[in-house]
Amino acid sequence: MNGSPSVFLALREITKQFGDFSALDDVNLQISEGEFFTLVGPSGSGKTTLIRILVGMESPTSGEIHLKGNTINDLPANKRPTCMVFQNLALFPHKTVGQNVEFAMKIAGVDSQTRQKRALELLELLRLPLDFYDKNINQCSGGERQRIALARALAFDPEILFFDEPLSALDFRLRKTLEKELKDIHRETGKTFVYITHSLEEAMVMSDRIGILNEGKLIQIGSPDDIYNRPKNKFVAQFMGEVNTIAVDRIGQSRVRDSKTGGEFDLDSQAQEIDSGFLIIRPEVMKIGRSAQFMPNRIEGVLFNDYALGSRIQYQVRSADGENHWLIERLQDDPFSGNAGDSVVIGWRPEDSILVDQ
Amino acid sequence: MKIVARWIRQPGFLTALPVGIFLLIGFAGPLVLVLLYSFMPPKTFTLGQVPTIENYISVVTQSYYISFGWSLALAVVTVFLLILITYPVAYGMAKIFGKWATLITILIALPLLISENIRLFGWVLLLLKNGIIDGSLQYLFGLSLSGMLYTVPAIVLGMVYVYLPFMLFPLVIGISMVPESLKEAARDLGASRFQIFREVELPLSMPGILIGSLLVFILTLGSLAESKILGGQAIVMIADDIESAFTFAQNWPKGSVLSVILITISLIIIYFLFRKIDLDRVVGRR
Repeated sequence: MNGSPSVFLALREITKQFGDFSALDDVNLQISEGEFFTLVGPSGSGKTTLIRILVGMESPTSGEIHLKGNTINDLPANKRPTCMVFQNLALFPHKTVGQNVEFAMKIAGVDSQTRQKRALELLELLRLPLDFYDKNINQCSGGERQRIALARALAFDPEILFFDEPLSALDFRLRKTLEKELKDIHRETGKTFVYITHSLEEAMVMSDRIGILNEGKLIQIGSPDDIYNRPKNKFVAQFMGEVNTIAVDRIGQSRVRDSKTGGEFDLDSQAQEIDSGFLIIRPEVMKIGRSAQFMPNRIEGVLFNDYALGSRIQYQVRSADGENHWLIERLQDDPFSGNAGDSVVIGWRPEDSILVDQ
Repeated sequence: MKIVARWIRQPGFLTALPVGIFLLIGFAGPLVLVLLYSFMPPKTFTLGQVPTIENYISVVTQSYYISFGWSLALAVVTVFLLILITYPVAYGMAKIFGKWATLITILIALPLLISENIRLFGWVLLLLKNGIIDGSLQYLFGLSLSGMLYTVPAIVLGMVYVYLPFMLFPLVIGISMVPESLKEAARDLGASRFQIFREVELPLSMPGILIGSLLVFILTLGSLAESKILGGQAIVMIADDIESAFTFAQNWPKGSVLSVILITISLIIIYFLFRKIDLDRVVGRR
């Protein structure tokens, strides 16, 4: 995005209580114009509550929402210049595709010719055939319905477009296609997108920045690279997927001791100043067999099993003392030749490990 | 013969048999009889005569259109009044009242256990000259509303009262079928409360409205008790005419003709109502 990124949407100390339960706890967040921002959290993390507050369907117990410098707390949903693509899409079943797309314009009193022209433009932008205009919404496939829902929201010409996990119900391949398409449409329209999902992987593909939400608190905000390579704590590190996590105590400037087995490992020189925490090593940076022989950090273990993951193969190794299970991944065309039950050496470079807080 | 034998052995056929026989004797049979009698010469009681359309001519040339008109008009008025009255209640029961909706359902359904005539006589006591309403008003304020009973509004009141559950319950189902997320989506796209109602709620609850309207329309069209008990001599409805043709006038063929015309009118209206609005499409099943 060109120009200086000005603060477009700002949340200040947003808290939401449902009785004794706090769904959101002191959430502060600033989103710039034209940004693709994704909020990621497991179910129950408060992400749906947060997006409903942003759209105006819930009001926060305390805190302020600013849009372009104006407080919009008391603006009802139908007066806010924002729009949402719903999780279940919420397309109107009694209206045609064209009527769905034109809904916001009809409400705004736009004449039918202008409406139709704009609706056809949007169908084209979303790569839908123009003869869909008169099609019954119930005859459209899952992917088509996604695009129609997005077209309907874009027709509103919102300042910010919110997405409440709209892709979660689709099968894997279609989801992958639409993730990329959504990113393209973000670039083509230049609008500010705020997306929520439980899948950090999905967030990584699309977002400029990501916010990680857990138990109503924003734990970390950063670029996909920050989140992936510099997770702030164990929760963020594990949220990305399967990782090797070892509880450790610091015993030197660049040395830790496994608090369960007593094994000692070298740390990255850049590691955080933490006395005791967790050592995170991703399966894909782990080495196994010959390539592990000369690693500074090494463990002896027994190969337990291997699993094909498509482009990669995952190996599970149980350490000799039986205390830890290790996951190692290698590219599918570079497999490790070993059988279940074989003794193997596994290892990693200190700079490939991350020391994080609880 | 083989096909028939296989048919008979199917469990579906056997289980449907009792109901089928009952409907044949109790529903289809009488309808056929009525149709046949409508072509018999006036005031005959057997079906062995030479068919004639004399009865149809005599009904059309006489002033029966007045009673047809009253019946149709009151049926339409009752349907519209009931939509207006029950929609808010149905909305509350479907979306707002929560666990209280069950209690309200029971309270509304309970009077159905009491004979319609007895309930209507209750209204007579209320509306009667010097009755409960009139008498109380005279005693308390010295003003009299003595002319309430035996009027057309009294008949409409009776019909609205008696047929209210038949509109209410289909409407509750119709309204509860409208997903909340669609209303939220409409709101998010800028729609006001009224626009949400017009664009989303009303069209999507239309199946309920239609089914309720149909039930009430058919029931009021054939209703007799309301006009007799609450209307007195105010008007004659078509059901009155049919009844007196069969009983007082002892002219079965004429009663049959009136019945055939009434059934035909109902069928035509139902046909157009349901053809115009595609139920499956309205509820999004297609």
